Amino acid sequence: MAQKSFRQALNEALHFEMARDPRVIMMGEDLTGGAGANGVKDAWGGAFGVTKGLLGAFGPERIRDTPISEAAFIGAAAGAALTGLRPIAEIMFVDFAGVCLDQIMNQAAKFRYMFGGRAKTPLVIRATYGAGSRSGSQHTQALHSIFTHIPGLKVVIPSTPYDAKGLLLQAIRDDDPVIFLEHKMLYDTVGEVPDGAYTIPFAEARVARDGKDVLIIAIGRMVSVAEEAARKLAADGISACIIDPRTTSPLDEDTLLDFTDKIGRVVIVDEANPRCSVATDISALLADKSFDALKAPIKLVTAPHSPVPYAPNLEDAYIPTAAAVAKAATSIAKR
Amino acid sequence: MSALQLSHQDLLKIYRTMRMIRRFEERVMAEMATGDIPGNTHLYAGQEASAVGVCLQLEEGDYISSTHRGHGHSIAKGVDIDSMMAELFGRASGTCGGKGGSQHIADLRKGMLGANGIVAAGAPITCGAALSMKVLGSRQVAVAFAGDGAMNEGVMSESFNLAKIWNLPIVFVIEDNGFGEATANAAVSAGSFTRRAESYDIPTLEVDGTDVFAVYSAAGEAVERARGGGGPTMLHVHVPRYYGHYSGDPDTYRTPEEKKAMRQERDCLVSFRRRMKEVSLLEEAELDAVDQEVEAAIDQAVAAARAAPFPPLSALTSDVYVKYL
Ligand SMILES: Cc1ncc(C[n+]2csc(CCOP(=O)(O)OP(=O)(O)O)c2C)c(N)n1
Repeated sequence: MAQKSFRQALNEALHFEMARDPRVIMMGEDLTGGAGANGVKDAWGGAFGVTKGLLGAFGPERIRDTPISEAAFIGAAAGAALTGLRPIAEIMFVDFAGVCLDQIMNQAAKFRYMFGGRAKTPLVIRATYGAGSRSGSQHTQALHSIFTHIPGLKVVIPSTPYDAKGLLLQAIRDDDPVIFLEHKMLYDTVGEVPDGAYTIPFAEARVARDGKDVLIIAIGRMVSVAEEAARKLAADGISACIIDPRTTSPLDEDTLLDFTDKIGRVVIVDEANPRCSVATDISALLADKSFDALKAPIKLVTAPHSPVPYAPNLEDAYIPTAAAVAKAATSIAKR
Repeated sequence: MSALQLSHQDLLKIYRTMRMIRRFEERVMAEMATGDIPGNTHLYAGQEASAVGVCLQLEEGDYISSTHRGHGHSIAKGVDIDSMMAELFGRASGTCGGKGGSQHIADLRKGMLGANGIVAAGAPITCGAALSMKVLGSRQVAVAFAGDGAMNEGVMSESFNLAKIWNLPIVFVIEDNGFGEATANAAVSAGSFTRRAESYDIPTLEVDGTDVFAVYSAAGEAVERARGGGGPTMLHVHVPRYYGHYSGDPDTYRTPEEKKAMRQERDCLVSFRRRMKEVSLLEEAELDAVDQEVEAAIDQAVAAARAAPFPPLSALTSDVYVKYL
């Protein structure tokens, strides 16, 4: 299988689905980069280069550069989804969802339910998230917990190039509003990605590594941090199993519970702030449904309850590290 | 306002501040290349006359808010360049203790309400500052800087409306460099910005933002109106953006010729020097001396920033609340 970057995997999915389905359109700021600039076209291919080449392939009617007006274009994408298109709208940094949260949370997420099941909203909102780029408090948040909290939204948070492609294709074909979150620091990671199209169903967790002593449940970019921790643990004779839920809504509760029952020791790793979060939610689920199987307290390794700082030493301390994960796992491995 | 009406001291201050912003930006770009300034910054170079012309009309107690491109506004409002440079280097001695970075530089003691990572977010916050001034009965005013791209955010229009119905002492300064990131303003903006503001019955002025005197005089009219209880004004200021959108932007959507012409024909420092020569108000030697003074100040700021410690790890979780319980 060909080795491809996370960025390339996403680009392939977009190309494939736009060619297959004429109802798929894209919109976002600087999606092509260079719009209106002296005849230059597609100079950037989006702020992170994910949408490069789409303008040439599908034209400006289907690949739309928007004004900086998230409330309007995310709302328009929701409206278009309700009426026959399958829009993919891009929020450059998920932090900017703050500007258009009404359209996501009160509109798109609610149509189907409020309209008594008589509506579909096949909308994908792609957004970058996450810390590590020294970009300060308003460009680095991990907000999947907030979206996961809202019924009606599906939330996808891939950790590998392979999953990114399959999950994005699935998201575009899904009839519900999907928040698709791409970690900025993952774009250049490389992995095996087939050339053709394939989909990965939602609510199907991936076993990223098999093991028997400790179960590490890791979200998004934290899967690679967990993998690093698992290598450290292996050197100490502790065998760690890693599960990547891939979608936090819907959540593959069965797999998480099965593995908890089997292993009995759990560490949950998430980059988001800890209060009212996906990590606390999964922890509560396991405590509620698998309490008898637990041999030790569930350990959470998350960011602290603070915004993301700018100074490099502080930002590094903010992001959960493999060392912290290994320490948490070790603390419960022998109990 | 013609150059002849300004004092010798004011003219020197204008030049010094514009030069300081330019050299600060050029130096930041160079320091970015060393990797010692983390992340990315958005450079203001080319737009100096706008910040300086506006801020020269302001008093220390007046407020400004800025954008992601905030270095120039901060310097023009009097924020100390040593602490700004230290902030860019992520050091404890920075304006925000190293926790904010380029996009969040703020100094309330200088009336600088912050650069902002969210496009257009400064406009309503500045309405709030103007409201404070009004309710507290001070004669201070507030200025909200924003870019042309920001004009398309809904909150901009909402702020115009609020400013007008509450008759707030505020000036909206729209710095139009023709681009929002890599997208040309013309491709994404309908109608004219001044007409948008005028539809809220807000008076407007359109100025060449490379002419510091034109900006100064327009800002004077707007600030006087605000201070006198006459409510909001909007200035549409046309400026060039010398660098790409951010420090890592290859800027391939503009041709080299276009960029060269912009620098040759629309440089506020060059035109200021030419003007001074024409009217014989400042000597070349005086201006050269300012250049050297600025250079030394920036060298010193960079050296101090490099020598300063990073914030202690305990700072990670401090400042979330004033007090937890
Ligand atoms: C709400 C929001 N949307 C998008 C962005 C990403 N972004 C940062 S700067 C920028 C362009 C702003 O253009 P303009 O207002 O003209 O200011 P300029 O950069 O030209 O100074 C964009 C789209 C953002 N920071 N905030």
